[in-house]
Amino acid sequence: MAMAALRREGRRFAPLISPRPISAVRSSPIVPTHEYEGPIGVRYISTQVVRNRMKSVKNIQKITKAMKMVAASKLRAVQTKAENSRGLWQPFTALLGDLPSVDVKKNVVVTISSDKGLCGGINSTSVKISKGIYKLNSGPEKETKYVILGEKAKAQLIRDSKKDIELIITELQKNPLSYTQVSVLADEILKNVEYDALRIVFNKFHSVVSFVPTVSTVLSPEIVERESESGGKLGELDSYEVEGGETKGEILQNLAEFQFSCVMFNAVLENACSEQGARMSAMDSSSRNAGDMLDRLTLTYNRTRQASITTELIEIISGASALEG
Amino acid sequence: MLRRALGLLPRPIAAARARSFSTDLPAAHTADATFMEAWNKVMPNMDPPKTPLSFMHPRPPTPSSIPPKLTVNFVLPYASELSTKEVDMVIVTATTGQMGFLPGHVATIAELKPGVLSVHEGSETTKYFVSSGFVFIHANSFADIIAVEAVPLDRIDANLVQKGLADFTQKLSSATTELEKAEAQIGIDVHSALNSALTG
Repeated sequence: MAMAALRREGRRFAPLISPRPISAVRSSPIVPTHEYEGPIGVRYISTQVVRNRMKSVKNIQKITKAMKMVAASKLRAVQTKAENSRGLWQPFTALLGDLPSVDVKKNVVVTISSDKGLCGGINSTSVKISKGIYKLNSGPEKETKYVILGEKAKAQLIRDSKKDIELIITELQKNPLSYTQVSVLADEILKNVEYDALRIVFNKFHSVVSFVPTVSTVLSPEIVERESESGGKLGELDSYEVEGGETKGEILQNLAEFQFSCVMFNAVLENACSEQGARMSAMDSSSRNAGDMLDRLTLTYNRTRQASITTELIEIISGASALEG
Repeated sequence: MLRRALGLLPRPIAAARARSFSTDLPAAHTADATFMEAWNKVMPNMDPPKTPLSFMHPRPPTPSSIPPKLTVNFVLPYASELSTKEVDMVIVTATTGQMGFLPGHVATIAELKPGVLSVHEGSETTKYFVSSGFVFIHANSFADIIAVEAVPLDRIDANLVQKGLADFTQKLSSATTELEKAEAQIGIDVHSALNSALTG
């Protein structure tokens, strides 16, 4: 207000000053570096432009802070579930061991990722690991297929591995995660995909700042039999008496399916936790960056404002002194 | 800037904690080692992913004499009911009938059918109704019971059980497709098992 008054005064006292194209600036505020020369050759950015930028950066800061709070509350909800489900896969690993380097013909890589973005680098890590496993298991007579859970992995894998994708499942987290939902999903996967070994790639949740990419291997009953007969890691499996059912094969088939659904359940929960944790830290660093940017813009704004006031004063005073003598 | 440095601090601590998980059995190292070598050949620029073996608590080896107690892990998808609890005996309902496990039982894999699971510790018994699952007995007297759903018996409502049984019997008689018949039969099995659990 004072500035506008000074400006008007300045025009009255110093008609030699070239009219400032204020209207031109006002009509095009989107041009970020709109500079124009003042009378003495001083160049400065219009304050309107800086003010607009400050408003938008402040809004972005508010939004990212809100997203961080939302992610924190969602994390608390899923974390208890995930920690309770951690006991679920341990008996299977105790019985059947873990053979990530098993050599089989038909590999299926189940990549678990999130549907929504803005969660840091966890989806890219999962996709990179899946591609690494694909490369690891490529060879003559061997084939590897992908089963994708989540939009983000689908977007990345569909670009170069479109022909290897068997199944894509999205909108997993529309309803709260439950074992029934995951077991139906596991059933679908097992029905539609032929496999010798299933490798589930997910991010295991260690803490709010640390997520470890992990791969769990589930073997088909035939491969379990083959490995146990050849001795080595699963050699002790033969010593287990199998109760019930007509054949050992039937029980092993049920066991493999049950193992897959249990491991999937744990993997999906852990990945959901990691997603919320990663989103929290991404939004936190983003709001901090927005705050830094806001500080810098405020300084620029103040500098610009003060410079223009000083210029006005100089014009007025020089005009007045010119008139006096 | 300082906050960012503080933010970086937990990472090495978390990594150290992650490393403390890798108290694996010596045999596990070989499987992991072959995997890691193969990985490093294919993707030298990325760290290999971790495998479940590095997150497991190691199990004790088979002792030479029969241990006095059975160590039970009873897990459900949403909770670990019992973890490494020392008990005297466990009775489960396997598909072949009731089975009791004492310490020193031979290593077994058994599939469970809907029925009662009872855990005997000294003079007290805890009974659960289990919908289905698996039970593994290992040679070192560790019992792993993995159930899909389990409830303590006192939480079951007898009226609802009767109603459910009547419903499913009716569904079975009116079922047309194989799938419907199978589903109705499962319902009948579970409800009659519930019934006998409450009465027996």
